[in-house]
Amino acid sequence: MDILAPILISIIAASTPLLFAAIGELVVEKSGVLNLGVEGMMLGGAVIAFIISVETGNSALAIVAGAAMGAMMAGLFAVLTLGLLANQVATGLALTLFGIGLSALLGQGYVGTPLTALPKLNIPGLTDIPVLGPVVFGQDVLVYLSFVVTGLVAWFLYRTRAGLVLRSVGENPHAAHAIGFPVIRIRLFAVLFGGAMAGLGGAYLSLSYTPMWAEEMSAGRGWIALALVVFATWRPGRVVLGAYLFGGLTLAQLHLQGMGSSAIPSQFLNMVPYIATIVVLVLISRDATRIRMNAPASIGKVFHPDG
Amino acid sequence: MIALERRPNSSRLWLYATPVLAVFLTVLSGAVLFSLLGFNAIEALTAYFISPLRDSYGLGELTIKATPLAIIAIGLAIGFRANVWNIGAEGQLTLGAITGGGLALLFYGAEGPWLPPLMLIGGMVGGAAWAAIPAFLRTRFNANEILVSLMLTYVAGLLLSYLVTGPWKDPMGFGFPRTRMFGDEALLPTLFAGSRMHIGFPIALVTVAAAWFLIARSFIGFQIKVVGLTPPAAGYAGFSNAWIIWATLLTSGALAGLAGAIEVAGPIGQLTPSISPGYGFTAIIVAFLGRLHPLGILFAALLMALSYIGGESAQIELGLPLAVTGVFQGMLLFFLLASDVLVHYRIKLRPAREGV
Repeated sequence: MDILAPILISIIAASTPLLFAAIGELVVEKSGVLNLGVEGMMLGGAVIAFIISVETGNSALAIVAGAAMGAMMAGLFAVLTLGLLANQVATGLALTLFGIGLSALLGQGYVGTPLTALPKLNIPGLTDIPVLGPVVFGQDVLVYLSFVVTGLVAWFLYRTRAGLVLRSVGENPHAAHAIGFPVIRIRLFAVLFGGAMAGLGGAYLSLSYTPMWAEEMSAGRGWIALALVVFATWRPGRVVLGAYLFGGLTLAQLHLQGMGSSAIPSQFLNMVPYIATIVVLVLISRDATRIRMNAPASIGKVFHPDG
Repeated sequence: MIALERRPNSSRLWLYATPVLAVFLTVLSGAVLFSLLGFNAIEALTAYFISPLRDSYGLGELTIKATPLAIIAIGLAIGFRANVWNIGAEGQLTLGAITGGGLALLFYGAEGPWLPPLMLIGGMVGGAAWAAIPAFLRTRFNANEILVSLMLTYVAGLLLSYLVTGPWKDPMGFGFPRTRMFGDEALLPTLFAGSRMHIGFPIALVTVAAAWFLIARSFIGFQIKVVGLTPPAAGYAGFSNAWIIWATLLTSGALAGLAGAIEVAGPIGQLTPSISPGYGFTAIIVAFLGRLHPLGILFAALLMALSYIGGESAQIELGLPLAVTGVFQGMLLFFLLASDVLVHYRIKLRPAREGV
């Protein structure tokens, strides 16, 4: 029992950044836009949240700043792809390359600066319950937020009229436009939301998961989040499942390394999340009909009213 | 109200003018960025773009950095033309370095003039093999090649790290994670005294010429173009989509692998944990900046090479952070993509329509 709680807590910690980034990208893709800049936006959010936290000591402000940075970078993507009709794949890649450079530049003076991790919630009585207490009632605010956001996204997409409109824009923007829905504006909001969520995922990395700043500290999590959206066949509930599967996998791999078994070199254990991503993609994608049925029909295509 | 009106035909003038415009805007924003960082903008830009080109050594360095960029971007451009997005060139470069460098280690002490060509071929095979994975998974299982090739980049980096800290580590290397220096005859010959320019640059020029021929004059080049522009038409014409995916991924993988082998047999001379400052990713920018055209790519590669050595020179001369290079490169691609709108659309001022 004593080891179960820490294991569960670590799985949650490893999963949360993926959940944020993936749920944000899910909304973006549901609106018919493919933003490959998740990795860059995560790094932007991570570095800004860290800097604000170090400079002001105010973690709430740091979290907001991380989300704002992600949204601002997404805004840049939106100007290019929605306003100037640029190719979404190329623009997303540019955003990631730009984010890697920008975060390295901004964070230059902060490499190695120590930071206390976000405080864990502590409810006397409840948090003391064995296993369940620390796992359910002893997390930091971002973990709870990740679940609130996921729930809200699921409710919004499938239980509200606005969510239906957003999905219809992703399926057939020309029809939505003809009915009179503001396609570009809806997509803009979706893209900004996705950016804010990627920023929060990054903020979680630099404020809580490993409270520090290092260049490219997201280590491909933005890309894994993109794969998770496909894995989840664009459904919020399955995004949670996917994110937690990956969190568990990351943890298992870290534990094997921690046991110091020299039989498997650490590099091979570090490959596990990346190879798992490929395996998962293959398993899901091999059923082409399932992907076609679930993927937003207009994903990645430039929308211009004249057609 | 400003509106965009689709041009009946894309504008050839803007197609070639936009890269120039994008470079101009990037330099302009660079000046603003440098001022914000507290540097004299003119001084910083001079250190960045002019100083590296003052002597033959600097020009040699320019070709050294342009070589892998051009070779990789040529391969990527062939794929991009067919809408095949190989984003994992960095990983294929790493594999090429491993296989090419591995041959140098295998024949250590038994080198001959035959070894460098063998290493380059080995690099191409390694890169192509790495690119064959996304090709297979895409054609057989419909798995997205962007994500697969990118994940494999991380795997390749870890594999290299394992090799140079484990089985291939130099026993006399004082514990540093690197292999022994390759024998002299495993290295690519340099071309001039007083410069590190090596035979890789002529290889890049040959690649450019071959790609031009392939794209403009060969049947496969035509197939690639049709598949990229109108997939349904390609289907009616009986062009196999799977064949195009295999051909473009293997070509771009082989070229990225070639670049990796050139790097280790050329300027580096051994295997270390990091053999590329992100050439595989920067080559994506090079491909777009060069308009996916071989000649354009050559110019774009030289320009991006300048951004690398400019970054180093600005760091040495003024203490500018090296990360500025990445920001510059990202900005350049942004400006290019933004100004691309001029190629396909006309900007019109028209009164806001009522109703609708």
